[in-house]
Amino acid sequence: MIHHRDSFLTNVARQLGRSRNTNVKPERNWQFRPQDKTLTDKTPNELLAVLRDQCQLIHTELIETTGEKLAGVLESTVNLYGGGPISIWQDARFEEFGLGGLINSTWPEQKVEVNEWNAARGRKNIADAERANIGITFSDMTLAESGTVVLFSSSGKGRSVSLLPRSYIAIIPKSTIVPRMTQAAQEISRRVQAGETIPSCINFVTGPSNSADIEMNLVVGVHGPVKAAYIVVEDR
Amino acid sequence: MAMKIGEGKFKENVNKNMEDTFMRGAVASAQERLRTRRLDAAEELGNWEEWRSHGEEIRQHVLNNLDYYLHELAENLQKRGGHVFFAATADEATGYIREVVNAKGGKKVLKAKSMVTEEIGLNQVLEEEGCTVIETDLGEYILQLDEHDPPSHIVAPALHKNKEQIRDVFSEKLEYKMTSKPEELALHARETLRQEFLTADIGITGCNFAIAESGSVGLVTNEGNAGLVSDLPKTQVVVMGMERIVPTFEEFEVLVGLLTRSAVGQKLTSYITALSGPREEGDVDGPEEFHLVIVDNGRSSILGTEFQSVLQCIRCAACINVCPVYRHIGGHSYNSIYPGPIGAVLTPLLGGYDDFKDLPYASTLCAACTDACPVKIPLHELLHKHRQVIVEREGRAPISEKLAMKAFGLGAASNPMYAAGSKMAAAMMKPFTKNDRISNGPGPLKAWTEIREFPAPNKERFRDWFKEYEKGGGNQ
Repeated sequence: MIHHRDSFLTNVARQLGRSRNTNVKPERNWQFRPQDKTLTDKTPNELLAVLRDQCQLIHTELIETTGEKLAGVLESTVNLYGGGPISIWQDARFEEFGLGGLINSTWPEQKVEVNEWNAARGRKNIADAERANIGITFSDMTLAESGTVVLFSSSGKGRSVSLLPRSYIAIIPKSTIVPRMTQAAQEISRRVQAGETIPSCINFVTGPSNSADIEMNLVVGVHGPVKAAYIVVEDR
Repeated sequence: MAMKIGEGKFKENVNKNMEDTFMRGAVASAQERLRTRRLDAAEELGNWEEWRSHGEEIRQHVLNNLDYYLHELAENLQKRGGHVFFAATADEATGYIREVVNAKGGKKVLKAKSMVTEEIGLNQVLEEEGCTVIETDLGEYILQLDEHDPPSHIVAPALHKNKEQIRDVFSEKLEYKMTSKPEELALHARETLRQEFLTADIGITGCNFAIAESGSVGLVTNEGNAGLVSDLPKTQVVVMGMERIVPTFEEFEVLVGLLTRSAVGQKLTSYITALSGPREEGDVDGPEEFHLVIVDNGRSSILGTEFQSVLQCIRCAACINVCPVYRHIGGHSYNSIYPGPIGAVLTPLLGGYDDFKDLPYASTLCAACTDACPVKIPLHELLHKHRQVIVEREGRAPISEKLAMKAFGLGAASNPMYAAGSKMAAAMMKPFTKNDRISNGPGPLKAWTEIREFPAPNKERFRDWFKEYEKGGGNQ
């Protein structure tokens, strides 16, 4: 439902001194486009270096590894952060990147509780994520400049997994790294223009949650995770 | 709380607040930190002037085509299953939200920080309906616990409180037993509020920028509270000032980068969330029902006037963080939820000269605000315009023009200097620029740069002016 739009917009147009326009798309002839020359000349390895430096500023541990070693690195990172319970997305990439054994065998054998997001279980997923010590997701796009993982929600990829647990680990396939938010915005806009339905929630997450509301002192860990780690993995 | 936050006269507020030594120290050090962080972030990005110019052209384009983009936004959000309510006034906005809350049987309402909901006095309306309304931004939460102490800064609302005061508030209201360490205080707030998040019926957020092409709403926080407010409750209400919109994600990105750098010196804040309507089929979290309330409340009457550029504002507070007057009198003196230079321009436009005619005089016209603005609002020129309007059209001035000029010291003498300086600055100032600020201009610009780089001289000027004002310049 849309309420009171006509009178509202007619008034806006009148104040602007013209009749209402809701049909003719305004031309956007920008005189300036600084984003086209910001970090766009970097190679993938240079972008990784940018990401590495940025992670030091956002209280986020960055670990680099290969596809073969990923399972071991994830297991030890989880141990370092105090183990389970763990919440993860339902995401084919866990299998693709060789993590099926860890999730389906190793952790259960070690009595580490792992809850995979499963729409059929409804709000139980949220309760699990709230109890979880660690939430783990893949990054859909990764912004080198700001150290940001971009998360596209879907029925298997709940928003809560990156928000509610005490710690958060993002697995970053190296191929997802782009220079900055510009490239993510262009990709999302391209999908919109192509008529695709974009996810109902796109989260740009940059390290753990924080606040400087008390005497301007930075406190890491307020409503969202208290700790965050990124594991960058060479694509298989 | 509505926009007006006190009944005191500007004069009395200033007197009272200038006595508050903690507040004044806190404001000064916060300003310094935020200002430095902004300058560092701008320098690191490079081409800062080009980014500002791009931000400015985007904002101007949007304002000049506001009917088109608001229409497109509403169409696209409706396609996603969202409801859109266009509210001409604060009462229409709060009335609609009250209906939504009542229709859902909502009792517990969680909010993420939003200036426009303060402006329309939403909390009070919902509390009168018997709802419990809980602010989740840590700073706002502290103020709410402390008997609704008003915010004094639009980004750091509890800036005027020290940690001992906050501990005392927590002890009294939350049975808090730990120390005044910020980490312990924040952890306690986290644990207390987490339970509220899980049991809330309605989530209410503001909107940093709506995105017309996709019917999306963009939220920017560091704490993650807006994410939680929009994730857990079954009904979400988003309240946006009608001008806070961009055409596509591409412009969204540019303005978010300008906002986060200018507000807190971060490349991006920890959480930037783009929501497109309610949850999709099969989603487990996110709201089942999504309402967007687009608020005019006086904004449209600014369109098409000499003050239109104030609507370019992206609420970063960079102007507040460089203002020598704000530094001395603190946020509460302005009597408005919008303090500092932006508040001194915007508040009289939204709230009228009757209550706020003093505010345009709470400025030395030093232009530091204009210089800091990431979307190039000519704030000091708009302040000057206000004074002209007050004198010429309204026929009243809180102090005489002559006295103002004399007392501000900067007045007439500095204007040609500033004009010359701003024209020449781009071409000539490169060698003298440090951290994107001109610190040591040559020849005739020397006097100008001395004033602009050192707020100290302004301090005495404001106080001189204020003394004169008290002696009888007032209410002429």
